[in-house]
Amino acid sequence: MGLRRYAGNLALLVPPFGWLTVFYLGSLFILLLSAFWQVDSMTGEIVHDWTLDNFRVLFSDVTYRIVAQRTIGIAVLVTLTDIVLAWPLAWVIARKVGPRLKLLLLVLVALPLWSSMLARIYAWRLILGHDGVLNWFLHEAGLPGQSIAFTNVALWLVFSYLWLPFMVMPLIAALERIPASLLDAAGDMGATPSQVLRTVILPLAVPGMAAGSIFTFAVTLGDYVTPMLVGGAGSDFVGNVVYSNVGVSGNVPFAAAFSLLLLVVVAGYMLVARRFGAFDGT
Amino acid sequence: MKAFTAFLLATGCSVVSLAAQAADLPGAIGKGEGDLNVVAWEGYADDVWVKPFEQSTGCKVHRKYVGSSDEMVALTRMGGGKGFDVVSASGDAALRLIFGHNVQPVNMSLIPAYADLMPELKEPGFNTVKGVHYGVSYEWGPNVLMWNTKFLTQAPKSWAVIYDKTYAGMITVPDNPIQIADAALYLSHAKPELGIIDPYELTQAQMDAAVALLKEQHSLVRKYWALASDEIDLFKSGDAHVGAAWPYQANTLRAAGVPVQDSVPDEGATGWADSWMISAHAEHPNCAYLWINHVLTPKVQAQQALSFGETPANTKACAEMDAQQAGSCKQYHADASSDYFASIHFWKTPVKDCGNGKKECLDYGAWQRAWQQVKQ
Repeated sequence: MGLRRYAGNLALLVPPFGWLTVFYLGSLFILLLSAFWQVDSMTGEIVHDWTLDNFRVLFSDVTYRIVAQRTIGIAVLVTLTDIVLAWPLAWVIARKVGPRLKLLLLVLVALPLWSSMLARIYAWRLILGHDGVLNWFLHEAGLPGQSIAFTNVALWLVFSYLWLPFMVMPLIAALERIPASLLDAAGDMGATPSQVLRTVILPLAVPGMAAGSIFTFAVTLGDYVTPMLVGGAGSDFVGNVVYSNVGVSGNVPFAAAFSLLLLVVVAGYMLVARRFGAFDGT
Repeated sequence: MKAFTAFLLATGCSVVSLAAQAADLPGAIGKGEGDLNVVAWEGYADDVWVKPFEQSTGCKVHRKYVGSSDEMVALTRMGGGKGFDVVSASGDAALRLIFGHNVQPVNMSLIPAYADLMPELKEPGFNTVKGVHYGVSYEWGPNVLMWNTKFLTQAPKSWAVIYDKTYAGMITVPDNPIQIADAALYLSHAKPELGIIDPYELTQAQMDAAVALLKEQHSLVRKYWALASDEIDLFKSGDAHVGAAWPYQANTLRAAGVPVQDSVPDEGATGWADSWMISAHAEHPNCAYLWINHVLTPKVQAQQALSFGETPANTKACAEMDAQQAGSCKQYHADASSDYFASIHFWKTPVKDCGNGKKECLDYGAWQRAWQQVKQ
């Protein structure tokens, strides 16, 4: 009987684990392997000779360091921006409004996610463009026009907009879970509101921010569509270099080598986020 | 006896080589297979000529558009080259496809319009290797300088305008390593001491000069465009006012009411000469041949030339162009094509061999790395 149940449980686990092993780990393994191969520039065929050339170019050529720094820098900036933007909103939704209004606000936060990301990025092109909506408003108000379309500033704005809901949701969850009795106790003991925020609420909200930052940071890090559409002359992300090496030059090995870097950065970030409780108690 | 031996050898050889070719080449075009997968430049498979083709042959056309030769090569090689039947490759992609065994020889006796092609395009080096045809020449034209006449009221005469700080933040150029050749062409006039003769055959020193110029240009560029439609958007929204373009963008923008002009500046221009090529793994070879014959008819040649703003390879297209749009044959140089043809530096794949016996030129891999450095 026990044996049969054991076999049954095992059978349940086979499909997901099989899927993970074959499709997920399998493709990661091939990625790892191909990073050590090379491509013949004339015929475009992959040469299966082991070489560290891809990594040598990656680390010796300043171009790729600049691209990596830009990618990580903007991902950090977007994460910080979203934390700042999400706080007041999450606080109000979590603790200040009744259930009906709360539901409405939650739906509003999630609403943009129901439309295509591509359409929303293109909408920003229409907003920021030289003859776009923003400049029209500025002009009507008698202010000088802006020129941030196709710059890294536009990139930062659009990324912050795109991933804001992913920061708001976990932060709400974290703030909701703080027992009201803790805040009352702090107040009774004579803590000022800012002390309550700093010493009670903020530490208890850290896991929520850490969980949200995994989305904002990791997803920004791996994106290439947004830089392509709203970025300018100097906006290439690691993803764009990977994309052009695969889709344009046909150099899969070099693309694999560069994307391994992203994998390392994200893995490192996950470890840090775990220490801050991003994966606890969800 | 000697003469007889020579005769015997000659016939023997021709029989052998014919046999070798006949093994690869189809002898006749059979019935269409019902589908045709096309990889083409934007604007190269327009409904105006695709629909009549589908109706008359029953071959349903499935299109994939690309914005650069590199993208074209990558797309045709994807999945072992089984995903497409025909591709409209420019000279710089064509040789890579031939050497990569991605395309198959074409039997020209099945292409009636071949007899009417310009002599320069019957067996050009970029689609014919050792006498074997791997593609049929289609259309060709220059990369032009395009500007918004509201902002540049005086027509610029030189490519210098896209390297000029006056226009900082208003410039757009293609996101394409072959764009280095445009810089090299400009430098061959602006800095003759560099000794650049062919913009596709650059030594390290010449490449360094081109990269330095392009890095200066980088801070002036609003955006590097990857697809023709990107550049059209940039000019429409007023984010770019001057740039390197194809006549296609200029035609499209003028049709949309944007005041743009385009020209070939005094330094001359780089350009493209495209060929239709058939995949080595084509699943619909009959439809492929039918397609090539369709697009080489004077009528389609003229339609393509007018919609894209280029010159047909078929010399019979001139009258058809004038019939569709008066004066267009002369406008697109289809009447005096030979001199005009010689003035354009056609895209070709940069290789180590400089063409002067020396092997110190940079190959395309080096061009791609240099372009990434320019863009960083």
